[in-house]
Formats: sequence, structure tokens, C-alpha cells
Amino acid sequence: MYTQALNGIPDEATDQSSEAARFQARVDAEQKIEPNDWMPDAYRRTLVRQISQHAHSEIVGMLPEGNWITRAPSLKRKVALLAKVQDEAGHGLYLYAAAETLDVSREELIGQLLAGKAKYSSIFNYPTLTWADIGAIGWLVDGAAIMNQIPLCRCSYGPYARAMIRICKEESFHQRQGYEIMLTLARGTPEQKAMAQDALNRWWWPCLMMFGPPDSESQHSDQSTRWKIKRFSNDDLRQKFIDATVPQAHYLGLTIPDKELAYDDASGHWKIGPIDWAEFKRVLAGGGPCNRERMRARRKAHEDGAWVREAALAYAQKRRARREAMQIAAE
Amino acid sequence: MATTSISFAESSLLNLVLRRADDALILGHRLSEWCGHAPMVEEDIALANIALDLVGQARSLYGYAALVEGSGLTEDHFAYRREQHQYRNCLLVEQPNGDFAATIVRQVLFSAFMDLYWREMMTSRDKALAAMAGKAEKETAYHLRHSGEWLIRLGDGTDDSHERAQTALDELWVYTGELFEADDIERGLAQSGVAPDVLSLEGSWNQRLAPILREARLEIPQAPFMQSGGRSGRHSEHVGYILADLQYLQRTHPEAVW
Ligand SMILES: [Fe+2]
Ligand SMILES: [Fe+2]
Repeated sequence: MYTQALNGIPDEATDQSSEAARFQARVDAEQKIEPNDWMPDAYRRTLVRQISQHAHSEIVGMLPEGNWITRAPSLKRKVALLAKVQDEAGHGLYLYAAAETLDVSREELIGQLLAGKAKYSSIFNYPTLTWADIGAIGWLVDGAAIMNQIPLCRCSYGPYARAMIRICKEESFHQRQGYEIMLTLARGTPEQKAMAQDALNRWWWPCLMMFGPPDSESQHSDQSTRWKIKRFSNDDLRQKFIDATVPQAHYLGLTIPDKELAYDDASGHWKIGPIDWAEFKRVLAGGGPCNRERMRARRKAHEDGAWVREAALAYAQKRRARREAMQIAAE
Repeated sequence: MATTSISFAESSLLNLVLRRADDALILGHRLSEWCGHAPMVEEDIALANIALDLVGQARSLYGYAALVEGSGLTEDHFAYRREQHQYRNCLLVEQPNGDFAATIVRQVLFSAFMDLYWREMMTSRDKALAAMAGKAEKETAYHLRHSGEWLIRLGDGTDDSHERAQTALDELWVYTGELFEADDIERGLAQSGVAPDVLSLEGSWNQRLAPILREARLEIPQAPFMQSGGRSGRHSEHVGYILADLQYLQRTHPEAVW
């Protein structure tokens, strides 16, 4: 995971120079922009913000699921979950590397996250309370991530697009794995089925919020669309997710926690009740159940690991110095 | 209500297989606790990798234990339905992660032993164990390389990292004697060509460690005594908490399939 709609893209993006015109022509022709190509500053800034936000989400996202590794209910599930969380760490790494092609270092980006200046997907500010949450996250959160990310595989910026292709393959594996956990629970004991329903109740609405604010309220999709960073609107992607997921919930024999949910014959879409955007804003602003814990855990890992990173650096410097001394001695 | 624990007759072979399996599972469990909290993302990945190898080894070994036991138990019965005193792992692997230095030292001490062990096990008369050893040895060689490189970085890094590494080595050294304790079970299976003679591995283990510790500028501790008891189920206080986490869902919902 996991992109979330951006907050405020700088809008002085209408650079009229000939370079800008050439750039836009290449984007329009679906050519990839590469790190050494000319690009508008606002394009670069938008990408750095989106890619780093995405990278941070992968890393913070390890925490809620990591919470269940030691308690996974079978060795098979334990191995699968550990491998999944490890994949998310790998996604974080590819994405930091993609951001670094835009002349910003991983250290700087992580510094922004730990200082509370960078965002990550709000979904990870919800707690994982039972084993079923591991199923629900795979099925719904990774599922929503895929909807958001498949179009990014065609993003105009080459390194981001290529990272997404690799990541999407793994996310769809995670999604199937999560659904399979839910299926096992739904076919299990009454307690297991209740656990699955409870997880769906708690994750459904926050997952719908992962697609970002409604189109009527998001002002900055236009520029991202022109740059071919964004291909579909928040509401379109959300609807796609709903249409794909509702039948899956029915197959599980679980109930979507929305009394207004109904199939609309005319449009062929599932219509949902109103999303609580006040909750979305509250969690985004730091008021979710786990915002503080997640940041505290990331800061602690960073601070506790500082001496290790310093040691690795000191050792590398010593080695280099020794090698140089040996070369001088040999000459 | 009856207990949710299993009971079974423990032949020498079964006991020995469980020693190896429990070592792997408990250390894998410990390493998995790092996931999301490591000093850098690369180490989140590397430690998870080692944990995955170890839990994978444990699964193969429990599978074989189930076959040896013969009454229809599964890998999960061994992992989730035994009590503390039925666990056969050594004390070293159950020690808490501590700081990164303690985790790395524990790994070097254990992997240096297991690499030698699996290498000899590859020629076991027991074909199943020999096959598992072939795979496990390759993995263990990597675990030793990775943790050994880190130990050198820490030992020869900053003053702080050197001190942490030496402290970890001093504290964990008392758990190394147990690795080479040959009781009747180890001795008997060594004599019949089923398993390596652990006592005979100590010399090579010291030789494996010496160059790593030298490069790390660390001193081999002088331990006046060693701790043991894990092989016969007398563990440190830590194992109760490990099993409370590990087994909680299976113990709470004994009828459930996951
Ligand atoms: Fe991911
Ligand atoms: Fe994922």
C-alpha cells in the first residue's frame, strides 16, 4: 500500500516555456519521463510527495500486521504473514529508491515522516484487534491499494511506473491470501465467523476512505490527470472497488455494514450510504485510534537503531581508510 | 474440561527431532519480533528472511516428528499444543532480542553451531534428516554470513557499538555450553549414525568463531559456569511468554481450523 489522495498540489504548474510544452507533448504521447529528463518543478514536487507518502505507507503499514506475526494461529499462516509484511518492507524500499531518482534522499524523507510533516495512508491508524483483521487487511486494504495502484503502472514517470508494476503483482497475491483467511474464518466456528464479520464492520468504511475525498471536494486532480500521474478520479476508483468487493462479501456470507447498500440496475453499480468524511478528516489530522502509537513505534525504531547505523558507517569508513593505507604502502 | 495439550511417547529420535525443530521455531519467533522495528528497512527484510528460513525448517522437522510419532499429529500440534516443559529448545534461542547487538551475537553463536551440525547431518543414515539438512545447511551458512558481517561491523564500528557487542557476547556466552551437551539421546543417535555427535563439534565451532571475533575485535569471554536445562524442558522464564503469544489462538479456540 498505499496511495491516498494528495493534499494540496502547488498550482503554479502552468509553465509556458517551450521545455514545458515539449514535456507535456511527451506525456500526452504516453512517453515515459525519466530521471534525467527536464520536468516542471511542480511535477517533481508532486511526485516526490506522492511517492514518499506511498513509501511511508508501506513502512507504517508493517506495524498493524506485524502485530499478529507472533500470534498467527498456524505455522502456515505465520509464514505467509511474515512473508507478506516482508514484502511491504520491500515495497517501501523500491519506492524510496524511486523517490531518490528525483534528487531527494531516503534520510530526508524519513526525517519528514518522523517529524510529522509527511503523510501516510490513514488506514494504518486503525488497530488490528483480532486475527480476522489480518484477513480483512489483505482482502480490503490490499484490494483497495490495487485499485489505486494498477493505473499507476502507466504513470508518466518511468521509475514510479516500474516500481508499481512490481508492487502490484505482490499486492494481488496479498489480496488473495487475505480473502482466503476470511473464507476460512467464514466457514469456521461461530466464533470465527463472528470475528470475520466484526473485522469487516470495522475495516469497510475506512477502506472506502482510502480513495480520498469525493471528487466534488478534491480540487487538484486536474493537474495530476494532465501529467498522467492520476488516471481515474477518487470516486471512480472507489466505485470500482465497491463493485468488486460487495459480491466477494456476499460469497463469504458476510454483511457489508451499510444499511443503504443497494444494487442499482440502471447504472449496474452498487450504491452505498454516505461516507463519514468527518472521521476521515479527523484521522488524517492525527485523531485516529493509533496515529500516536504508529508514529511512536517508527520513531523508536529509528532512534534505537541510530547507533547501529552509525556503527555501520564508522566501520565502512575505517575499512576504506585501511584499504587506502595499504595501497599507499604498496606503491 | 480436559487439557488442550497433547501427550505422546517421546522416542530418542522424536526427542532429537523436536530439539532441532524447537530451536528453529523459537529463534524464528524471536527474530520475527523485529519485523517493523529494525534499525533500517534492509534489516527488517533480512531478519524476516532468517526467521522465515527457521520457521520453514521447524515445519519440515515437525512434519517429520509427526511421521515418527505415528498417531496422526500434525506440525501445528507440536508447535501449538505442547507445554513449556515439553519444548526441547536450548536456552540460547529463547533469550530476548535485547538490542541489535544481542540479536546478532545470539545469531552468530547459534548459526555457527547449526551450520556445522547440518553439514554433518547431511550424511545421516536417516534419509529424511539428511535431506532436510542439505537444505537447512545452505540457509544456515547465509545466516552465519549475514550475522557474522554485522558482528564485525558492530565490534569494529564505534566505541558504543563495540561495547554493546562485547556485553552481548559476555552475557550470551553462558548459554553456549548447552549446545555441546551430549546426553544419552544425542550420544545414542550419534553412535548409530543418525545424528552428529554434538560434543565433537565444539572444537570446530571455536575455530569458526575465532576469525569473526578477531576481526570484530571482541574477546572470548571467560565463563566460570554454563547454563543448561532446555533440552529436558527446564527453560528460562521467557518461554512462558513466548508460548502465551504463540499458542493463544489455538488454545482459545481448540476446535477451530485456521
Ligand atoms: Fe505494499
Ligand atoms: Fe500488500
